[in-house]
Amino acid sequence: MFHPSFRGGVHPKDHKSLSSGSAIEALRPEGEMVYLLNAHIGAPAVPVVQAGDRVLVGQKLADPGGFVSVPVHASVSGTVKSVGPHLCQNGDTGLAVTVENDGLYEAVPGFGQERDWRRMPKEALIGAVRDAGIVGMGGAGFPTHVKLSVKPDVHIDTILCNGAECEPYITCDYRLMLERADLSVLGMQILLSLFPDATGVFGIEDNKKDGMEKVREAIGRADNPEGRTMVVKSLKKKYPQGGERMLIYAVTGRKINARQLPADAGCVVVNFSTLIAVAQAVAFQIPLMHRVVTVTGDAVARPSNFDVPLGTPFGILFEKAGGFVSEPEKIISGGPMMGAAVYTTDLPVTKTTSCLLCMTKDELGNYEPEECIRCGKCLTVCPERLMPIKLKNAADAGEYDVVEKLHGLECIGCGCCTYICPARRKISQSITAAKNHILAEKRRAAMKQQEAQKKE
Amino acid sequence: MKTLNVSLSPHIRSGGTTRRIMLDVCIALLPAIGVGVYVFGWRVLLITALSVASCVLTEFLYEKLMKLPVTVGDFSAVVTGLILAVNLYATAPWWIPVLGGVFAILVVKMLFGGIGQNFMNPALAARCFLLLSFSRIMTDYPVLDGVTSATPLQQAAAGEIVPLGQLILGTHSGTIGETSVLAILAGALYLFVRRVISPRAPLTVVLSTVAFVALFTWIRGDAVTLNYLAVHAFGGGLLVGAVFMASDYATTPVTFWGQILFGVVVGLLTAVIRCFGGSYEGMSFAILISNLLTPVIEKVTYPRPFGLEKAKKERKKA
Repeated sequence: MFHPSFRGGVHPKDHKSLSSGSAIEALRPEGEMVYLLNAHIGAPAVPVVQAGDRVLVGQKLADPGGFVSVPVHASVSGTVKSVGPHLCQNGDTGLAVTVENDGLYEAVPGFGQERDWRRMPKEALIGAVRDAGIVGMGGAGFPTHVKLSVKPDVHIDTILCNGAECEPYITCDYRLMLERADLSVLGMQILLSLFPDATGVFGIEDNKKDGMEKVREAIGRADNPEGRTMVVKSLKKKYPQGGERMLIYAVTGRKINARQLPADAGCVVVNFSTLIAVAQAVAFQIPLMHRVVTVTGDAVARPSNFDVPLGTPFGILFEKAGGFVSEPEKIISGGPMMGAAVYTTDLPVTKTTSCLLCMTKDELGNYEPEECIRCGKCLTVCPERLMPIKLKNAADAGEYDVVEKLHGLECIGCGCCTYICPARRKISQSITAAKNHILAEKRRAAMKQQEAQKKE
Repeated sequence: MKTLNVSLSPHIRSGGTTRRIMLDVCIALLPAIGVGVYVFGWRVLLITALSVASCVLTEFLYEKLMKLPVTVGDFSAVVTGLILAVNLYATAPWWIPVLGGVFAILVVKMLFGGIGQNFMNPALAARCFLLLSFSRIMTDYPVLDGVTSATPLQQAAAGEIVPLGQLILGTHSGTIGETSVLAILAGALYLFVRRVISPRAPLTVVLSTVAFVALFTWIRGDAVTLNYLAVHAFGGGLLVGAVFMASDYATTPVTFWGQILFGVVVGLLTAVIRCFGGSYEGMSFAILISNLLTPVIEKVTYPRPFGLEKAKKERKKA
């Protein structure tokens, strides 16, 4: 079969068989639940509850803090214990609402009630997505309603569901394909109703043949009076196939760069889990307060996929996965290629926690980098066609203008260069650090300019 | 629980190491050296051993003396030693490989900062140093029993026809590792399959050399026969140079088009030296000169990032 694909990329061992066989298990944890208010891209949410308030399942705990922001909902019923700073995944502290779970799971009125979304106007649909607090659940956490609010002059012809799941180890989207394909098709239909000329495409990597089949069956089964086109597209198994730009290229043949949005290529891209969240929010009035998390790695006794209420502490997930067979040296929230290493397990599941990977060995940290031998492998694997080693050298020397000139801002941080480097150099890490520095400088300059304009 | 490790992503890596790559190159050189032993006798092993020992020891002593971390474990000095040996005649006196090894590692590699930092191929630079310093010894090719003693390139220059079978098997005069097409191709294939090098540079070197030799011979008004071109492709040091030296990491471009451009430059220079120069061989000097052009070639062949290809074209139009 023909697979269009980007040039470059790597083929890490995927280790998916650890957890791909275990069906999604619903967890009903007890004890404290912690809701981080900044676990998405954009402004942090603003709390609307106080310590001592009783909250119900599906009740709003915090309002969006701006247009690019989302509300946060309670996933359990209980009493608000505190509203205050809590440790976040990136090591920073941010505001969080802590709720003492009473175990009753009493829900707000109307929760889970079906509604006729076909009669809802476009604005109400996008509003429902926003009010449900939906963000991209693949890892980035960009508010979905912002993606859907495209300018009227932009023509969208493809709604792309990102089912690539190209990171090793993660199996949450795969399990959802097998078990909840119908909901994903419903979510796709809802999004399609926003864009009259769009086709719905499920892009799925070809290592998930049965997942593709389930989605195809669900499309065939779906109640589709509008006759909208929905197709499943097989993608070549290669990391980072699920990168937004790579995915758009694989499906439409169009290329976008760092300064463009998917909308510039006529696409709206949503993750598979997100699509299911959209279906639940719009058709059943269930806000985003659950997600499927893969708990895996060689340190875990029983690698599993759990459907957990958001706010559940990591510790409970490890416990339910049978505990640790050996002491982990590194725990990663997300996949091994782009996930964030955490230094403590005192963190809650957020909307973007797709996977908790517990590794007994830190494959990268235990080695000292050697001298570059100029093998050029980093160039070969770079999906953005950059020269990673040149960028790294410039970044390490603090020559940020050179990094920018060599298109360093195009880097998507996929990590292929570090993965392949035979000298174990931390190429991607240096580039990411330089990129963050440059972007921070730019934001600072923009803010200064704004202030100057205000004074005038 | 002990403290968890934290670092920026990614958290896994491929198993590839510098040592593994260098070992692969050593393995790929074995068939050529093996044929060398078969054709020129056991003395080949002595030359090879001396060359490798000299390279490794020089690197070790230099690093000990300068109090640097010892890096001989990465096998890159062994590769340099093997490539140097491949480029020598089996009849060379014992001090030739020893001196060559010291020059290659000390002057060309370590003084410029060690692995990855040298701007010229150490083994080739050493060969050229020896060639210029001891030209009589270095051009004293071995006389083989039973077959003509001249190298194929000399025979071709004299207008003789060289049997192809002899070229492919390697039963003719030349340096230790350059004679057998079959052995070199076996090594090349191994490197391609193991993805140590890409076939881009070697292929362009061979193709462009043959093309330019044909062009220049035609300009000179001599007859361009197939046998003549085959001898140029397979007879001298072209093939071994194309596979093992025009693909050297440190001294050739890392960019896709850079490697192709590098190959063409090497081909052009080789053909110029072979057709118009004073030497039958041109490969070593051609590669060394091209090594110097590497930074420029890399600069002009910087890849176009994903999604920015169109922007450039449009800007040009505007």
